[in-house]
Amino acid sequence: MATSYRRIARDGLWDNNVVFAQMLALCPLLAVTGTATNGLGLGLASIAVMVASALMISMLRGIITPQVRIPVFILIIATLVTLVDLFMNAWLYDLHKVLGLFIPLIVTNCAILGRAESFFSRNPVLPSLMDGLMMGLGFLLVLVVLGAVREILGSGTLFSDAALLLGESFRFLEMTLIPEYRGFLLMILPPGGFIALGFILAAKRVIDRRIAEGTIWADSPQKEGAR
Amino acid sequence: MKAVAEPSYRQRVGYQAGLLGGFATLAATLLVAGNMITKEPIAEQQRRELLNSLEKVIPTEIHDNDLLADPITVQWQGVGEVIVYRAKYEGLVTAVAYRVTGKGYAGPIHCIMGIDASGRVLGVRVLAHTETPGLGDKIEVQRDPWILSFNGLSWGNPPPDQWAVKKDGGGFDQFTGATITARAVVDAVAEGLAYFEAEKSVLLASYAAVQSQLVVE
Repeated sequence: MATSYRRIARDGLWDNNVVFAQMLALCPLLAVTGTATNGLGLGLASIAVMVASALMISMLRGIITPQVRIPVFILIIATLVTLVDLFMNAWLYDLHKVLGLFIPLIVTNCAILGRAESFFSRNPVLPSLMDGLMMGLGFLLVLVVLGAVREILGSGTLFSDAALLLGESFRFLEMTLIPEYRGFLLMILPPGGFIALGFILAAKRVIDRRIAEGTIWADSPQKEGAR
Repeated sequence: MKAVAEPSYRQRVGYQAGLLGGFATLAATLLVAGNMITKEPIAEQQRRELLNSLEKVIPTEIHDNDLLADPITVQWQGVGEVIVYRAKYEGLVTAVAYRVTGKGYAGPIHCIMGIDASGRVLGVRVLAHTETPGLGDKIEVQRDPWILSFNGLSWGNPPPDQWAVKKDGGGFDQFTGATITARAVVDAVAEGLAYFEAEKSVLLASYAAVQSQLVVE
């Protein structure tokens, strides 16, 4: 079976995206995306866990028997998450204060266990790494987009406190898009997350339909759309 | 996984138990290593965080000691142990700072307050809270100067019965839609001040004075 890296990338980022298509990991998604920076932080932590578990599970897939695979996967994922949690606490303390509660929840992020079960344990190391990276990036993409929408509508800023996450050199990312904005509380609270996610999902469907109809990206191969 | 015939030993319970045990050991080892690497930096970060918050409620001019150097632990009725950080200038206690907790709308509101030796509030800051964003978070100094209105006040100024939000007949502004939040912070600060008045002698006693007192007794 020839593995197409392009296919994997497309799956992770769009076609089979953790949120858009699989509808997984909604709890951390809705909880942290009050700002784009928080989304970015959780996204990066998730990518780290996703890629590291892809590496470990695909390397060890030969010795793990089907009977005990689930506890072993969970053990590996939980260990990696705890390590990420410790490292963030040590070196990204301010961000950890914001995200702290949600980092341990990455363990229960069914997206990672789902990929471990359906991809990492059945494929060689390189495609697994690629898949882990792309699935993680796809999740990060949604986190940042949803965070940005809610932050702009909710408080009129974009990437506020980005310097806490990425260092002083990234302060230019911090923008106030709507000066003197009184804020729109609903968008910051969880209902705003559901509403914004709904609109984003709807937009994704519209784009998918346009692609299928060939009105945009007419050069994209039709056979990939038919699954 | 390919559908090749699996070696028979892999079907044994022993192999599977060993596999699980092996992974558990591996995980434990990794976590111990991770904990050892990050222990120091995390402790350092927490120390810096505490120092930062203390410096906001105790001005640097009035002390020459390390604020974290010799805190005292006191029993506070109804609250339990409270750690009191003391600012000293040439050995004399010039200010104290401690945490007070208010019962907020959505959970405890942890504040730190600094009080100088004469009993006046040097500053109050909210350390952590879970109040509604946009309504209750005006207690954060970054969002609203409200919390600065405590500066300079003491347990006699205004009089104790005025330590309440305006809605309750007191002298402090509340926020529209978040009266409970403002009330919680006012109550916490008032409680902290009342405690200071009651325990002034213990809190302000410098080390030498405590020593001599013990000798006399």
